[in-house]
This record gives sequence, structure tokens and C-alpha cells, in this order.
Amino acid sequence: MAGTTRNGAPPRGLIMLVVQVEKKLGDAFFLKASFTSASRATALFGASGAGKTSVINMVAGLLKPDRGRIELDGEVLFDEAERIDLPAFRRRIGYVFQEGRLFPHLSVRRNLEYGRWMTGQKEDGKALSHVVEMLDIGHLLDRRPGKLSGGERQRVAVGRALLMRPRLLLLDEPLASLDVARKRDILPYLERLRDDGQVPMIYVSHNPAEVKRIASRVVSLDAGNVVATGGPELLDAAHIDMLA
Amino acid sequence: MFDLSPQDWTAVALSLRVAAVSTVVALPFGIAIALLLARGSFWGKSLLDAVVHMPLVLPPVVTGYLLLITFGRKAPLGAFLADHFGIVFSFRWTGAALACGIMAFPLMVRAIRLSVEAIDRRLEDAAATLGANSSWTFITVTLPLALPGIIAGMMLAFARALGEFGATITFVSNIPGETQTISAAIYTLIQVPGGDADALKLVVISLVICFAALLASEWLARRAMARLHGA
Repeated sequence: MAGTTRNGAPPRGLIMLVVQVEKKLGDAFFLKASFTSASRATALFGASGAGKTSVINMVAGLLKPDRGRIELDGEVLFDEAERIDLPAFRRRIGYVFQEGRLFPHLSVRRNLEYGRWMTGQKEDGKALSHVVEMLDIGHLLDRRPGKLSGGERQRVAVGRALLMRPRLLLLDEPLASLDVARKRDILPYLERLRDDGQVPMIYVSHNPAEVKRIASRVVSLDAGNVVATGGPELLDAAHIDMLA
Repeated sequence: MFDLSPQDWTAVALSLRVAAVSTVVALPFGIAIALLLARGSFWGKSLLDAVVHMPLVLPPVVTGYLLLITFGRKAPLGAFLADHFGIVFSFRWTGAALACGIMAFPLMVRAIRLSVEAIDRRLEDAAATLGANSSWTFITVTLPLALPGIIAGMMLAFARALGEFGATITFVSNIPGETQTISAAIYTLIQVPGGDADALKLVVISLVICFAALLASEWLARRAMARLHGA
């Protein structure tokens, strides 16, 4: 039941992510970020260049921290001291990239089924139709990514990440490459995804309006450091609403 | 016009066989070396690059001679292969295929390397987050995305192998029915008084084959590109 905890674990449907990483990125940039997250939607918020993408790349296993520890739901994904570094393909963490990164040589349907196929899961028509319906991409299934609009591409990218049944979903500025009208089109889908509650998300954005609509918890990054954590009201103080 | 002698037909068939076999056998090596050169960073990379390109700049006779002193019956490597595996190159069509494969290799590697370098590696990261290990990523993402270059490389190698003359004749000589390819047959016919007419027929045939190979590669590569960019 939502709200109850057992052994200090987060409520059902939520899992605990513990991130404590350090990495030197370039000559003058040192990333040092620690935070925990156990909410349905946590935002990593900060200006571009704050290190947000580096942090989630480390969580996904695409970038190796110099030092630190990453833990998901009690499982250690990375620990420098214990020499643990689970490869990305074993982490079961979905990733929606800023530019979609759909496979151009595969149809939308095959893109959607790629993760299920690679993780050796049985075909699940119900899961597929649920995701397809939620993201409203049924009419795109037989097309190729090259023929999709930016908004369609991002919806398919979300669906592709979801259908591998990830334990956690990372979204890296999924709206950044879209124009304002498209952003308005897609935000409701992301809200639906959050309310669907099947997988917790980490949402990276520099846009306070987006973050306020999506996230219930905010981790604010600046120049490679976590400068504040809290609820969405964190954003009210300093920032100008860019989307409205 | 096309009342070719059986010997000439043999030369045409042999050329096609030698070119096809050398291309197919060279392909896995070509892909591996292209990947290594495109993505690897290791000591001796520029040396490897230079060695691969050698056949492109060396006089073919030199390449042929080097093959002869490496894979000849009396050469250590040649004798070893013959004694232990029954693989004989000298004065056999297999030797012609080896010579053609080596001569065509730089062209194949260049074409594949270019297409591998053009691949957006972030797509491979995406595959990893979806649960694909490196072998599956290679099979389902890297290889299909490199396909236009692989096709172009195969066709270039095939055409180059059809035209190979110097290294082949130096290495395996010019034996009708065994190592006499179209080029060697044309050369022989030109040396014989009254052979020009037959030589011309073979010239026409080789023109047709090469032209068809290039057109086919263009068409295949275009189709592969269209697939990648969403048709």
C-alpha cells in the first residue's frame, strides 16, 4: 500500500536510489554530487553545464565515476572502493536521451521491442499496447524513426525505455530539442507516465516550469555540486519561468 | 562476336570465382581491421594502417614476389600450410584468390572504416541501456549501420580482384584452367599473332562485369542508405 514502509524501504512502486559520486571532468570542472531519491519523480535541476547529464550517465553506467558509490534498491551498481562497476546493459535502467537516439535502421515497433528482446523477456502484448496507448504512438509502429517528428520521436523513445521494464527511468532533457508547442504536447504524456506509477523517474531539466509540473522532489545542481534538495517550491525563489 | 573459345570461357569463370572467393574470405578480416583502425587506440596503429595500405602503393609485382617467398611451396609458411593443413597456394587458383584478396584489401578496409567512423556511437550507448551487451550491440546496431560501407567495400574489392594482374601472375603464373584469369588471358592473347580479336571479346566481357558490379554496388548502397534514413 502506498505510504507504508517496510524495513525503512520506500513505499511500493518506489525504490531508493543513492548517488554519491566524484569525477574530474575537464581541467577546471570537478563534479561532486551526493543525493538520495525515493520519489516517483525526482528532478535534477540546474543550468546547462551544471553536470546533470554526467550524473545520470553515471547512474546509467555510461560514465564511470572516479570515486563514490551508486546504489539502487539496495543493489550496488558502482563502488570504487569495492571495485564494483555493473555494466550498463546489466543495470536495467531505462534512459530517454535528449535527442531520442532511436535506432534509424529499425521500425518504431522494433525499436520499442528492442529492450525486451535484449533482456530476454517474453513477448507481452498487454505491456506493449498499454505503453503504445499511453503515449499515443499506435499509428507510428510501422514507420521508421527518420520519418517521425521531434515530438513523436521522443514519445517513442520514452516507450522504448519503458518496454524493457526498467527499475528506474532516466529522462535527460527530453523536451529540450522541441519547440514550445511540441513541449506543451508532450508534457501531458510525461505526467501520465508519472501518474501511471510503474517506474520511478529521474527527470533532468534546466526548465523550472517543466520541473514543477513533473517532479515532486528537486535536486538542484550548480557547477558540479548539489546546492539544494527539497520540494518543487525550491524553484520559486530564484528562477524565471521559461515555459509559460 | 561472342563465340569464345572454351579456354576463354574458363578464364572468365575462373576470374569470377577468384574474385568472389577473395572478396568473401577477405570480408571478416576487412571488417575486423576497419573496426580496429576506426576505433582502436593502440601502439602500432599507424604501422598497421601503413601495412594494410601497402598493396595500394607497392608495384603489384613486388606484392606478388613477396607472396611467392612467403606462401610458395618452398617457403616456410607455405610449406607449413601445405604439410599441416593441405592448403597450397602456389600455382593454384587459391593462390590467385589470395593475391587478389590482398591487393583488394586496402580498398575494402577504407570503405568499411569510413562508414564505421560515421556511426553515431551514442546509439551504441542507447543499446547498452536497453540491455544489449557488446556483442549484441555490434550485431544489431554497429553492423547494420555500417552496411552501406560494407557493401561498397565488397564491391570495390570484387572489381579490384577482377582487374588484378601483376601480383597474380607473379605469384601463381598464368596456367590456363588453374590460374589464368581474364586479365592474364588477355595478356596472353595479345602476345600471340592474330589474338587481338579474341582479346577484344574478353575486354568487352570484363568491361561488362565491372560495370555491372559497380552499378549493383551503387544500387545496394543506396538501398541500404534509404533503409537507414527511414524509407
